[in-house]
Amino acid sequence: MSEMTAVSGTPGRRTRDLVAAGIGRRYRAERRFRIFGLVAIASALVFMALLFMSIIGKGYSAFVQTEIRLPVAYAVSVIDPDGTRNLDDMRRANYGKLYRDGIQSLFPDVTSRQDRRVLNGLVSSGASFQIRDAVFEDQSLIGKSGEIWVPASDDVDMLVKGKIDRNLPESARRVSDQEIAWIDALEKDGRLATRFNWRFFTNGDSREPELAGIWGAVVGSFLTMIVTLALSFPLGVATAVYLEEFAPKNRWTDIIEVNINNLAAIPSIVFGLLGLAVFLQFFGLPRSAPVVGGLVLTLMTLPTIIIAARVSLKSVPPSIREAALGLGASKMQMVTNDVLPLAMPGILTGTIIGMGRALGETAPLLMIGMVAFIVDIPGGFHDPATVLPVQIYIWADSAERAFVERTSAAIMVLLTFLIIMNAAAVFLRGKFERRW
Amino acid sequence: MPFSFLLLVLAALAVVSYRFGTARARAVAPGRQSQLHSRPMYHGLYAAIWCGVPALIVATAWVAFQPVLVKGLVMGGLPDSYSALPEARLNLIWNDIRNLALGDVVRAQPAPEIQAAADTFHRLYAIGNAALAVLCLALAIAGTSYALKRVSMSLRARNQVERVITVFLVLSSLVAILTTVGIVLSLLFESLRFFGKVPPLEFLFGLHWSPQTALRADQVGSSGSFGAIPLFTGTLLISLISMCVAVPVGLMSAIYMSEYAHRKFRAVAKPLLEILAGIPTVVYGFFAALTVAPFIRRLGEGVGLSVASESALAAGLVMGVMIIPFVSSISDDVINAVPQSMRDGAYALGATKSETIRNVIVPAALPGIVGGVLLAVSRAIGETMIVVMAAGLSANLTFNPLDAVTTVTVQIVTLLTGDQEFDSAKTLAAFALGLVLFCVTLGLNILALHVVRKYREQYE
Repeated sequence: MSEMTAVSGTPGRRTRDLVAAGIGRRYRAERRFRIFGLVAIASALVFMALLFMSIIGKGYSAFVQTEIRLPVAYAVSVIDPDGTRNLDDMRRANYGKLYRDGIQSLFPDVTSRQDRRVLNGLVSSGASFQIRDAVFEDQSLIGKSGEIWVPASDDVDMLVKGKIDRNLPESARRVSDQEIAWIDALEKDGRLATRFNWRFFTNGDSREPELAGIWGAVVGSFLTMIVTLALSFPLGVATAVYLEEFAPKNRWTDIIEVNINNLAAIPSIVFGLLGLAVFLQFFGLPRSAPVVGGLVLTLMTLPTIIIAARVSLKSVPPSIREAALGLGASKMQMVTNDVLPLAMPGILTGTIIGMGRALGETAPLLMIGMVAFIVDIPGGFHDPATVLPVQIYIWADSAERAFVERTSAAIMVLLTFLIIMNAAAVFLRGKFERRW
Repeated sequence: MPFSFLLLVLAALAVVSYRFGTARARAVAPGRQSQLHSRPMYHGLYAAIWCGVPALIVATAWVAFQPVLVKGLVMGGLPDSYSALPEARLNLIWNDIRNLALGDVVRAQPAPEIQAAADTFHRLYAIGNAALAVLCLALAIAGTSYALKRVSMSLRARNQVERVITVFLVLSSLVAILTTVGIVLSLLFESLRFFGKVPPLEFLFGLHWSPQTALRADQVGSSGSFGAIPLFTGTLLISLISMCVAVPVGLMSAIYMSEYAHRKFRAVAKPLLEILAGIPTVVYGFFAALTVAPFIRRLGEGVGLSVASESALAAGLVMGVMIIPFVSSISDDVINAVPQSMRDGAYALGATKSETIRNVIVPAALPGIVGGVLLAVSRAIGETMIVVMAAGLSANLTFNPLDAVTTVTVQIVTLLTGDQEFDSAKTLAAFALGLVLFCVTLGLNILALHVVRKYREQYE
């Protein structure tokens, strides 16, 4: 009471003055705080924009490839010296000689052995496959001569794309002045052009950047995802249904629940260790195989799917269940005929998100040997394979300058897949989500 | 792929027996379908289950144990002189036999007993696959005919089918438990073997890490040393840097989103932020190694600091950005859980919005935020690809963020990629590191969940 009088003694002016004196400062603090919040969001978004710009900026050039138009004489003496047209013999013929002769015929004044070797190096060694494929496609070419577009070597490609600086002193760049002169001469003749890089989408991995493609990794990812989906979806939905609809509330189900939540937070690399010790060492499954990758990723995505499916089942109102039971359905009939169909959109959304995470996962697959260098396109679940993110990791580790743009381009492909999957999830949620 | 083909055949057979089952049920009670105990559909499912399930169980068990069985038989069939060889050598021989049998290119001319073993291998697999196919088909047909014979008006097909489904549900929910048990057992088992070679105290408290074991015993440093302290400090340093990025940015954006932002701004910015969580970590790693690390290096050189090209700072910064959406979504949930009445009370006392947030909302939400941060730390510790690609391999015992450090996960990956024999201390060390990682992240998660749960109840 005495305080009240003390304040009212100086009729209320002092408090109001205090507040008025501080109000400017407090409003400034308020504005500062608000700006901090905006800056936080903006910095995260700016970082994301930088990331995307850096990857697109580095990677877009991988979708084109510098190619050289070579005159080729499809000499019978090289391709089919015996004249038998035996395909096996023809496959083994020395097509390398054909492209080397081709490029040398363009520069007849290059005679020394060493210069010729450098000159040959302008053309990718993949040119021999290209010539072979052309011969196999049209055998009437044998004995004639013609022109063919073949890939240039990665150094030429990098120079043409401007990733190797011409203005550097010769000793500091990978391409010599002589080579630049040859490249310029080819360009003036119209024999050098950048064309769409279809090899990037159809080839498997290769040590030569200009021949390396993502198709092997895409197929490997696809096979792995099939195994993951085929196992994790039924198992995840069944677990969720059991825990949500059937399980008695007791210690045992509590343990299962805690377990699932903990599994969701275990680092992914630990799942790789599990796969190595159990699937490879104990069960003797093959290394680098999509089936093992799929098994490991199944264990990893199960918690995601289970948790999403449980949330979805929980959101189906009890009245649906009661109505079904009231009409004489058994509990199982109620679940399969009424509850599950209503929960399915949510479950599918969760599954797609889980599969998206599995598609981008790298670390556990390194443990089970999917990091091997594999040229062939995998044909089945037991063939050695790699997956897209691991391919990105392998290329990111490679020394050649030209792999940087391949890596970025592979990232763009991977992100495209992920965006499509997430867009599908958002679409499903928007279209089928029901609010009760 | 004979196994996938077998599965397809079994599935087709199951569909056929479903049709037979429903048809039989209808035939048993012509015109009096309402008197059947179960609807024809359930009789069909009953037949399909009898057709498919026993065969499937046999096939799965077969595929799981065939390799082990065949290996035992083949290696047992080798002459006695082989059984005395050390295990590592035997594994090499086993690889030779397998490559030979699977028709891969083999070096030189194999020894006759190896060739014989490869032939046995080949024969066993051929016999095994044929026997499996015959057995499965026989089981499928026998099961179907048994089920069809039992179909009658009073067969409680629905109850039986439902019981089978329930068993399937229970078994599926056990997979989660089995996974945990598998993780714990495999980590423990291999770690114990490691601790048989390297004492646990030396591992946990040793200051020197260089796992390179030499090929010959007389080479320098042939034993390798496994003191993991430099790895732990490296992991902590990078996690700390990432938290310095993720916690302020994540928390402030969550506060702005839930307290200040207009609904429309929120609808755009929130999904955008969540994109960060969906980007694969290998992409972050590439970005960290190729863009951020050189940038920091140049920046450091600009002000006269020497920065390692694989600095902890680059990896930590990028990892922090990766974790931002994680921190912000947890903080968002917690802040929204603070009751509106507390805000109203603060406003009524004349507090500005930021004063309310700083003095009322954040203290009220603090336990939840702490729990979220703990979860984020556990993610940072377990994160692999960013550090593998952007952090170094050299185990430096340092707290200088501009130096290169290595982490637990990096070492696990480097120790286990490539072909090594499975028994060396080097490979086993990876499992011991995995065990430490597992225990630490598990502990952090349990602690975080405990903190969150304990304080959430205050406002409910």
